[in-house]
Amino acid sequence: MAHFVILGAGECGARAAFALREKGFDGEITLVGAEPLHPYERPPLSKAGSADASDPKFIAAVEKYTDSGIRLLTGLEARDLDIASRTITLSDGTTLSYDKLLLATGAAARSFPGAPEGSAHIRSLRTHHDAAALRNAMKPGKHIAIIGGGFIGLELAATARLLGAEVTVIEGLERVLKRGVPEEIADLLTERHRAEGVDIRCGVSIERLTEEGGKALIRLSGGEVIESDLALVGIGARPNVEIAEKAGLTVENGIAVDVNLKTSAPDVFAAGDCCSFPLSIYGGRRVRLESWRNAQEQGTLAAANMLGLDEAVSAVPWFWSDQYDMTLQIAGLAEGAVTHQRRDLSAGAFILFHLDAEGRLIAASGIGPGNAVARDIRLAEMLIAARAHPDPAALAANDVKLKSLLAA
Amino acid sequence: MSGNWIEVCGKDEIDEEDVIRFDHGGRTFAVYRSPDDEFFATDGLCTHEQIHLADGLVMDEIIECPKHNGRFNYKTGEAKGAPVCVNLKTYPVKIEGGAVFISL
Repeated sequence: MAHFVILGAGECGARAAFALREKGFDGEITLVGAEPLHPYERPPLSKAGSADASDPKFIAAVEKYTDSGIRLLTGLEARDLDIASRTITLSDGTTLSYDKLLLATGAAARSFPGAPEGSAHIRSLRTHHDAAALRNAMKPGKHIAIIGGGFIGLELAATARLLGAEVTVIEGLERVLKRGVPEEIADLLTERHRAEGVDIRCGVSIERLTEEGGKALIRLSGGEVIESDLALVGIGARPNVEIAEKAGLTVENGIAVDVNLKTSAPDVFAAGDCCSFPLSIYGGRRVRLESWRNAQEQGTLAAANMLGLDEAVSAVPWFWSDQYDMTLQIAGLAEGAVTHQRRDLSAGAFILFHLDAEGRLIAASGIGPGNAVARDIRLAEMLIAARAHPDPAALAANDVKLKSLLAA
Repeated sequence: MSGNWIEVCGKDEIDEEDVIRFDHGGRTFAVYRSPDDEFFATDGLCTHEQIHLADGLVMDEIIECPKHNGRFNYKTGEAKGAPVCVNLKTYPVKIEGGAVFISL
């Protein structure tokens, strides 16, 4: 009987395991996760909606793995991958043989250079365990310093304010959300955070991050020292490629895969945050995406391709962020855009449509209260996938339904 | 089977291939008009994370949740795959005197 092994029990790995069964695979499936918990959703970890949550939101009840014939091994990491003998050695010494292997190893938080490791007052956010520790520190009278004005940092800033803590955000670049988010939207979010009492400092460099007397101390290059009860390091993530690298697989900003998510080794696939792949709608440009939707979709796609279906990656990148009552959604990749059109929706919500030099819609970024922009961003995603060249005036006119542009 | 009929809105207040939110008795519903001008009603919140489906996109027979793209067939309530696995309840709908009614 064929044995398929999936390394990594996050969104991508769990989805791949279930998708294999949904697609009719009747061999053995082993899903290996490094954390002691069975697979759970990560987006809620930083978001205010789950500020009171003490339990993770599990992707499926543990019985569902048993019922689906998925052997779930938790608390174990892969130590070695031997391509020639098709075996994996786990941290407890167990060896697994595989017929097909999926690497869904995800990404790890980048640590701050020179900061003490294992400090209770200097942390990052990647797991439910991290989130629980952060929640515990987010209390009235406490001060949280957040290093990095990206999505994780700003979502946690909103959550910390909701829970009553004082918050300082320190960003090295001249504005927050510099990567992939238009300035108009970043400015609006900055204003909102400041109105909620967050001290956002941009263009500030940090000389040293230390722990002293039960506090985190952030020494800025100008000499000022910011003292906090907890410093959260949110300066991005790096793909978990160690096992792939050690086994000799090609790594290029993540485990390099082709359009079918195949790595450079036979019968070894990679998917989700850990891999970089060519995206045909952007001219085959190689990208690595850290997003929930991408993890889901690539998990499903990897399952199909492990079964020999040879389906190609075609999805438009999409992600979202929740901060206070605002939701930001972005579809596509805006690099390469030369113009944009703004569509104003109700309640202050708006969408920016990004067009390239040929007038092709390549991305759309929207922000507003609740789900005000969701429907139009979804339609924009379909227009991007269809490589549409919509009339710019129609994009800007909110009385023109985007659905009608899709039909055109 | 059905209880009281409750008036939702005028028939033309729902566009073709679209959905509106309807709140009644502390509950929330989603009421749909299909591309072929039929009307349907389901529970209004996605069974994944309790998001209002009326903010989502209707395409053919599918309502797609605005948050995580969970999909349901709005005619049958059937969940169409991850991240949703619990079906939506559906409710009978009738059109009378140019208005839409649902039965709870």
